Amino acid sequence: MQIAHFTERPVRYLAEEPVLENRAFFGVSNKYYDREKASHDYNFYLDEACFCEEVGFDAVAINEHHGNPFCSGSVVNIEAAILARITTKAKIVIIGNMLPGVKHPLRTAEELATIDTISRGRLVTGWVRGAGSEQFFNNANPAYNREMFNEAHSFIMDCWTKDGPWRYEGKHFHYRHVNPWVKPYQEMPQQWIPGVLSAETVMWCAEKQYPYLGLGTALGPTCDLWDMYADKSAELGYQAGPENFGYLLPIFCADTDEKAQEIGKGFIFGGGQNAFSRPEHTLPPGYNSKSAIRMLGQQPGGSWLGVSKDKLMAGADDSWDASAYDGLRAKLVAGYEKVQDNMQIVVGSPETCAQKIKDILSVIRPGVFTCFAVQGNVSDKDRLRSVELLGKEVLPDVRKHADEIGLFGPFDRLPGSVKLAPGTKRAPVVDREALAKLNLP
Amino acid sequence: MATWKEETQSLAGSDLVMIRGGSGKPLLVLHDELGYTGWMSWNEELAKDRELIIPLQPGYGKSPRQDWMWRHRDLANYYLNVIRELGLEKPDVLAFSAGAYTAAEMAAANPELLGSITLVGPMGIKPDEGEIFDIFSCTIKTCLRQTVFNKEAKEYAEIYGGEMSAEQFEWFEDARAESARLGWEPYMFNPSLPDLLRSAKNAQLPTLLIRGSEDAVIPQDCIRRYHEALPQAETVSIEGTGHRPEIEDSAAFLAAVKKFLA
Repeated sequence: MQIAHFTERPVRYLAEEPVLENRAFFGVSNKYYDREKASHDYNFYLDEACFCEEVGFDAVAINEHHGNPFCSGSVVNIEAAILARITTKAKIVIIGNMLPGVKHPLRTAEELATIDTISRGRLVTGWVRGAGSEQFFNNANPAYNREMFNEAHSFIMDCWTKDGPWRYEGKHFHYRHVNPWVKPYQEMPQQWIPGVLSAETVMWCAEKQYPYLGLGTALGPTCDLWDMYADKSAELGYQAGPENFGYLLPIFCADTDEKAQEIGKGFIFGGGQNAFSRPEHTLPPGYNSKSAIRMLGQQPGGSWLGVSKDKLMAGADDSWDASAYDGLRAKLVAGYEKVQDNMQIVVGSPETCAQKIKDILSVIRPGVFTCFAVQGNVSDKDRLRSVELLGKEVLPDVRKHADEIGLFGPFDRLPGSVKLAPGTKRAPVVDREALAKLNLP
Repeated sequence: MATWKEETQSLAGSDLVMIRGGSGKPLLVLHDELGYTGWMSWNEELAKDRELIIPLQPGYGKSPRQDWMWRHRDLANYYLNVIRELGLEKPDVLAFSAGAYTAAEMAAANPELLGSITLVGPMGIKPDEGEIFDIFSCTIKTCLRQTVFNKEAKEYAEIYGGEMSAEQFEWFEDARAESARLGWEPYMFNPSLPDLLRSAKNAQLPTLLIRGSEDAVIPQDCIRRYHEALPQAETVSIEGTGHRPEIEDSAAFLAAVKKFLA
């Protein structure tokens, strides 16, 4: 198993009120930007990544978002390039480069190849379509998002495998002279694809034999999705296994359960992940497939990333009293308890965290496990203590369990390497009995 | 009620679903960026002495999307081919918002093929003052509120009142998606259009520009710039209405259109 540490590098000096008032992180004015505090944070997060490596994480994972204090990383490849030089053994996992938002796959190919070369082959690159709000920030046409994603990905693969110079005239991208004088240090870096219950993305991953990383999704639907991946891979002639799956889980660890519970509330700061962006920014026009829109339309109260048809229908001034902060916070705390009951956030002492993580691993059997660090205004000291406790006390126990139940990571066994003869029944990839035993609400 | 029917014809290389109703000289009606909202009283009134032909824009749920259409200019040239293949003799065109943008592109591409254009709350030209309202970055309800000023209008409630069905929601999303494909960037305007309209200016194509006085979607300056490009145009402001004067004050709207088309 490969165990990674991930952080959104939250803006930690921001008060909660502007986020609540805006009903989301995306769109909070950058008038609140603080140069000094931001400088501290950017440097701290790089140091934190080095500390993760020191205490035993196999990988450090980072991402980027735009116009959004939920995540201070806006140009992920810059931070990854620094990590390439200041870390020595951890894999550098980028989840990921948003191809349609960047709109320059040749440049992306060069940046990633540089990171892989400086780190001497420690890059794991992920690709994302970018959240809905990123389409607005980058003025990337959401109706062409999937097309641009596929085309850019395919182009980068060619950049890394074809000798140049060559010419490219595609639908969305055009290059007269492709001949990048930097190629990845590895023959081909591994590509891990993060996702939030998108069936289309899962099928794409299965076709490409790329590990799919579920981003803190509820365990039941995650099992369904991984079965879908495994069915597709069986159809394609290989047995999916733990090496094809990763899972990212919000985790905060402290010396006691009580302390962890208190500080772990950072996960719901400003509304947490559900307040990433308002519905109108989460689902821009044409961003989702027709089948996804149909599903949304038929389940008006249903929620996907906090978005529902009802919310899309609501007006900006409906049912929102921005001044009632206490009431809002009470609701968020209730939600905090609910997601813990549902095991979508793990908060506690090392013993508590280890047990819950092991229970989760037993159900979804991923080969990559990623600890998503706490959000909100949590101090350097508390963040680092969580990393230390996880690295020194929780991970050894988790690794032992992973070994016992055969959770191969993608660096232990190459995804797609276990062939399946036509007509052979595939092996299970999740353990639904273990899921039932958890008695989730 | 005038009889109207929905029909599908294979035109200009693809199936096109159209609403056709009334009889008389053809009046080609191009709906706005949110899609066709049904046969309303203004349609009924105009259909008394005109044949209304309302193509349901490709990609808006009924007529299949055409992958090759990237811009309103592409759509405009498609519609010009539709006119040719239907054998319409210099039809008048009545068009709304982004539909009016398409109609302006048609006029720029081939003014000789058209009898006249009536552009209601036209997008398509970037205003020097103000901005075209971004319909993509708000919820459906906010968008509708922005669109209509006279919310007491009977037909506003008829179209948008009550619960939105799953099917309506899907059509709405189809319309938004296709509008984004054509008009995301630059947002709902073509920087070349004012210059391209020289052909329609030289042809002295009869043009009527209509805007609701309280239109919060396209600024008054859009009308000024259209008028600058098409100095032969007549302009009408319909008081107390927003971006949908045809349903917000149907009587004033019809009076202006009928006078122009007479």
